[in-house]
Amino acid sequence: MSTTEPAAPASRPTDETLLTVEDLEVAFATEDGLVEAVDGVSFELKAGEVLAIVGESGSGKSVTAMTLMGLTRSPNARFSGTAHYEGTELIGASEDELRRVRGAEIAMVFQDPMTSLNPVHKIGDQIIEQIQEHEAMPDQQARERTIELLERVGIPRARDRIDSYPFEFSGGMRQRVMIALALSCDPSILIADEPTTALDVTIQAQILQRVRDLREETGAAVILVTHDLGVVADIADRIAVMYAGRIIEEGTLDQIFYDPQHPYTWGLLGSITRVDRPRPERLPAIRGLPPSLADRPQGCHFRPRCPHEFAKCPEVPPLESRVEGAPGHRDRCWLSVEEKRERREVRPGEIGLPDKEEEAPAA
Amino acid sequence: MLRFTVRRLINMVFVLWAVSVLTFLIFMVMPGGGDEQAALRIAGRNANEQQVQTVKREWGLDDPFYVQYADMMKKVFTGDLISYVNQVNVREEIVRGIPRTASLVIGAGIIWLFFGVVFGVLSAVYAGRFTDRALNVLALIGISLPVFWVGLVLLYYLTDRIALFPPGGYTELGEDPVDWAYHLILPWFALSILFIGFYSRVLRSNVLDISNEDYVRTARSKGLSERRVLIRHTLRNALIPIVTLFGLDFGAALGGGAILTESVFGLQGVGQYASDSIGRLDLPPIMGVVLFGAFFIVLLNAIVDILYAFLDPRIRLQ
Repeated sequence: MSTTEPAAPASRPTDETLLTVEDLEVAFATEDGLVEAVDGVSFELKAGEVLAIVGESGSGKSVTAMTLMGLTRSPNARFSGTAHYEGTELIGASEDELRRVRGAEIAMVFQDPMTSLNPVHKIGDQIIEQIQEHEAMPDQQARERTIELLERVGIPRARDRIDSYPFEFSGGMRQRVMIALALSCDPSILIADEPTTALDVTIQAQILQRVRDLREETGAAVILVTHDLGVVADIADRIAVMYAGRIIEEGTLDQIFYDPQHPYTWGLLGSITRVDRPRPERLPAIRGLPPSLADRPQGCHFRPRCPHEFAKCPEVPPLESRVEGAPGHRDRCWLSVEEKRERREVRPGEIGLPDKEEEAPAA
Repeated sequence: MLRFTVRRLINMVFVLWAVSVLTFLIFMVMPGGGDEQAALRIAGRNANEQQVQTVKREWGLDDPFYVQYADMMKKVFTGDLISYVNQVNVREEIVRGIPRTASLVIGAGIIWLFFGVVFGVLSAVYAGRFTDRALNVLALIGISLPVFWVGLVLLYYLTDRIALFPPGGYTELGEDPVDWAYHLILPWFALSILFIGFYSRVLRSNVLDISNEDYVRTARSKGLSERRVLIRHTLRNALIPIVTLFGLDFGAALGGGAILTESVFGLQGVGQYASDSIGRLDLPPIMGVVLFGAFFIVLLNAIVDILYAFLDPRIRLQ
């Protein structure tokens, strides 16, 4: 786990806040009623930092990310809250306003590189299309820039490969193309939605390295959406943990990994399998399933799965700073900091969440 | 690409050969009854003994099957195939019908492709809203209306009641282009109506399917206009299956499949020739038209495949 600051000065988080999301709510009208996918999410993104949004499937992390670009807009979707990006209110913006931001200011890398590129267009044309959408640039110049971009993301023989079709590339190479596409207009924010989930482990590492390098070269802030804490440990500056549509804990990489405050975070950390520890009898997992978004428990959403549940939990815990001296470290759990620090250690020096059955709920 | 095209064309020749063998088997061999019966079938219903003997000799019905097949194909290719009912040369009749059938089918093809695509796209863009529902109803009506009925209703109201259009018939394009189109407007419309409904339904569902593809989301995330996303990314992919449909339908109609339309409007095209011959149980013309039709269907199929390779790069390299 790397805790050192990145070397290049351009990448170091500055105090300039790029994006402020406040009380974002996204709900979809479905046949089963209104599904609240995102429920009051607030966070800030500073220039040059990597913010990881971590959570299980259905926690609302992808919806949050895509909503910032207006990609979840549909007749069935309801939005509230705000997301300010340099004077633009993204949530209420018109399609035309959003179009100027999309691709140029905020760019996105999607989860599945196998399906995210149009199969009938050459990869170069797909990148050139985006460049020329946002900048008046002659074809030849846009082509040169595209070759440069492809080289930068590590595609060998970019000059020849620019005229290849997506199906001629492997998954890892396609994801590089997606990253080149996302970077083509020098965006200030790069949103990567599970960029390595669909890839082999070895390719994952290369892609993450690429994202990290590029962040340092371009100084773009990155929102990394993932369910993989291993990925997070590699490149994130700050982490927001999402559960059932809410951020339940937020802090720096060190705060989340070494002083996690929310039982759900403990569970996540406890379920990382580690090769440097004796092999457990069975893989640790958080008991139960995430709640259906259409029918979530009252109060703390994690309550039914939490072995530490107590009388106060049916009341929604606010996301606030509870650890002294760490104002940026916020969480949604009613337990006192002392109780948390004591209970999260399932074995000496090891953070985890015991099964609900094994340990009686605290008084 | 060239290799693909050549391979596809060679393949086409084999398919045509297989079709001709099948035609031979179906018409000459399978009904059975020996050469006497075969001669009777070919000579037609009202043939006298002398005609039957002529047929027997000309078609070499005493010879082994493969010689008979070769004789038949020779007749087809040299244009010696004649109807023994009215002594009319089959090839000449078909050649006479080609410009009529082509005028009908090419015109109608353009109309049905254009409106099918326009209505399909509109329907998909306004999915679930009034425009979509109205077009849906219209499409279903169009699909449900039989061509002969539409044709007769059009003729009744627009030529009989109000003399807006001529009551069928055909004028050469070279003779008088305006009169040519004037004679064809009703047939074009009658033939197109079913296809417009059908194509717009198929395209609507294709467009909606493709809209959910990840790469359309990517296109949107690039900041492209909805129009560009629709045309360059969604439609470009959604239209590929329409090409197949169009190739097959167009080929079939061109090969004499527009029998009802041609007959109702008295266009005297290949389709009407086929239907008249079937009515007379006149075997040689039926055979000729079957082979002619098969040729167009197979040809259009090959063209579709080659076109596919242009439209979808994944096929090109396989």
